[in-house]
Amino acid sequence: MSILLFTLIVLIGAFLAGLLGSLTGLGGGVIIIPLLTLGLGVDIHYAIGASIISVIATSSGSAAAYVKEGITNIRIGMFLEVATTASAIVGVVIASYIKADYIVVIFGFILLFSAVMMLKKKIDHSNNEKTSILANYFKLNGSYPTEGKIQQYAVHRVVGGFSMMFLAGILSGLLGIGSGALKVIGMDNIMKIPFKVSTTTSNFMIGVTAAASALVYLHKGQINPAIAMPVTIGVILGATLGAKILIRTKTDKLKVVFAIVVTILALQMIYKGLTGTI
Amino acid sequence: MSMQVKHYLGDKDVQAILGTLLRVGVIVSACVVFIGGLVFLYNNSSQISSFETFKPEDVRFSSIAEILKGLKTFDGLAIIQFGVILLIFTPIARVVFSIFGFLMEKDYMYVIIGIIVLCIIVASLYLDIAH
Repeated sequence: MSILLFTLIVLIGAFLAGLLGSLTGLGGGVIIIPLLTLGLGVDIHYAIGASIISVIATSSGSAAAYVKEGITNIRIGMFLEVATTASAIVGVVIASYIKADYIVVIFGFILLFSAVMMLKKKIDHSNNEKTSILANYFKLNGSYPTEGKIQQYAVHRVVGGFSMMFLAGILSGLLGIGSGALKVIGMDNIMKIPFKVSTTTSNFMIGVTAAASALVYLHKGQINPAIAMPVTIGVILGATLGAKILIRTKTDKLKVVFAIVVTILALQMIYKGLTGTI
Repeated sequence: MSMQVKHYLGDKDVQAILGTLLRVGVIVSACVVFIGGLVFLYNNSSQISSFETFKPEDVRFSSIAEILKGLKTFDGLAIIQFGVILLIFTPIARVVFSIFGFLMEKDYMYVIIGIIVLCIIVASLYLDIAH
């Protein structure tokens, strides 16, 4: 395949990945990797390097849009980033010591898990009841404006949330993804942070975490500019369009269709990883 | 209560600036990557692509010093990689910006937490892992 043809195919693929990723909330990374590995036979190491770049692009791109509607709790974000950045580097180190086939299998399972999480109805657990000692100490409780009022919220189970973020960071570094699904569990379900705050705060964390792993991947030579170029441009254009469409479209049906596609991709990745044919 | 409202307004200003910073960061890096891509394709479009196996020894521009050196010769791949570096630094700039925000609020605990995060990221720059 000539470089020009390769670039065009990846550009179109990355555009669709960015578009679908932002419409379904799944993010770009989890689609870029199967596209490059299963679709174009690119080595998983390069695919991960390209994916981590696409994660930063989507995160920063949508963060700009989020600033208007959501309220990032910079303290929660910064506090949890201690866990996610440190563990992301741990994840990249682990990736250098285990066989690529295993990384592909783990990726497949995370893909399956993300598909399930995408379809699950999210429940807002937030409240302003008694909060934990740690949440008070680290000033994590906050407030956000809603319908002209200021809504207070309390943050719960800080240790549990911090541990979940550690896991999310490891997977982010290991697989080159944003680990959005795990961050949602940590913030919404464990720490009971309201959606309006958790969505934008987790997006903030995804970008910073990915930046930490991206620098290590760059040094390892896994960020190949010839692949990163169409991926970056395609994902940014797709995600920007997706964010615009999302405001006026219901995506329930799309999510179901997309979950089926993602499940097929996931099973294929697991099979190829187990048989060593990737 | 009133203190918290004031607090929130301050954060809102910082966030508006941050939003612009992020948007500019993404647009600028995408443009740099695009220009690099044009230069690269102009010189290499008919070459055969080979990304089937990971060959770390073949990879060029895997450090900031190499990328800056490549920029001087107007190498397409170096320009792309420079854009990628700009993109990577966009969220890091957000951390730096937040640290200044905490400093202005005199929240020293969070100045330290922010610096810890920054140190971890900087450490990743110097981490050398055997392949």
